[in-house]
Amino acid sequence: MRHEFRLTVGPVGFRIGSDWREPLDRLAALYDGYPETALPDFTVRLFAQRPWRRFIRPSVMIGGDYMLPDAAPMALAHGLLAAEMGMNLQMALGQRRYLLLHASAAEKGGKAVLMTGASGAGKSTLSALLGERGWRLMGDEFALVDCETGLLHAFPRLVSLKNEAIALFEGQVDARRFGPKLSDTPKGTIRHMRPNDEAVAHMAEPVKPALLLFPRFGHEAAVRPMGAGEVFVRLTQASTNYVALGEAGFDALSSLVKTVPTRAIDYPDTETALRLVEQLWTESSL
Amino acid sequence: MPAPVYRADPEKARRIVQLDSVTLIFHRASGLTHIVAPPAPEILAALAEGDADAATLLDRLKRDFDFGEDEELEAALSARLAELETAGLVWRP
Repeated sequence: MRHEFRLTVGPVGFRIGSDWREPLDRLAALYDGYPETALPDFTVRLFAQRPWRRFIRPSVMIGGDYMLPDAAPMALAHGLLAAEMGMNLQMALGQRRYLLLHASAAEKGGKAVLMTGASGAGKSTLSALLGERGWRLMGDEFALVDCETGLLHAFPRLVSLKNEAIALFEGQVDARRFGPKLSDTPKGTIRHMRPNDEAVAHMAEPVKPALLLFPRFGHEAAVRPMGAGEVFVRLTQASTNYVALGEAGFDALSSLVKTVPTRAIDYPDTETALRLVEQLWTESSL
Repeated sequence: MPAPVYRADPEKARRIVQLDSVTLIFHRASGLTHIVAPPAPEILAALAEGDADAATLLDRLKRDFDFGEDEELEAALSARLAELETAGLVWRP
């Protein structure tokens, strides 16, 4: 590839190659402070659909060690998003060292709360808000469970703020942590935000998962217990590599379900959700 | 028609984790995870002693569990065996 950028996110090293300089410059600016990696685990490639498309109506194809054969090209203006999607894709399809859960996570006092649920449940926004309010953001998208130890490893890539969530952070955090506002993406308007310095500085520190929440937005505030069987099934659905990991994944997931208290929470607004999280966190620590 | 005889893998072929009301079974031979409720784990354990039809299996289960006398038991057990066969956890040798 013509241009290359390397970085480490949590325990994972990435090499991102690109036909264009611009997306990598934006990545480098946003991932300022993240360590470089000497031995990348995964390679992402952003390349032109045809050679001349580097210059004429440039469109970005996402490739790498693992690829989706029918992925559509993206506008070069969305190159940053393409790089992020490429990194997610490598994790979702290729991660074998950790049980990968589609979940956000935040740490306080050496223990972590995990939040998972359907798209739009608010797990990403809630973890990012916790990260600005005294918690350490461990990741807004993927949580990595070590199959040997059961510990949770952070994966604090850029927070992908979507639509209404963007305004919750603009004006509240240092403007240099924001990427450009990307309009008309498949998920609406997206703005990337670098996790704060604490999240980056401590991203290599795994912690014990202590609370698992299934948030759901758009309902009256409520807290419900969940049966362990249902939790197990929903976590297998939230994992992209559960089947591939075989018995190691089974042991890690069943142990997580057996040992970590779990609640479903409904919330009408983010302030209520944060209050519920803090309340359940205090109760689970007693 | 004679009653079907079933076989299950030995116990070491399964990794079993008990959650609150259900049992998780990781079936090593297939790599599949099964979530089952009683009496499926008990049936698999009893069948690990050797191939058996429903009547024989019921006798084994009665050694360990107090079912009382119920004429429907054997039919119920046959139905559960058929479900386990569909799941791939037991088969006909």
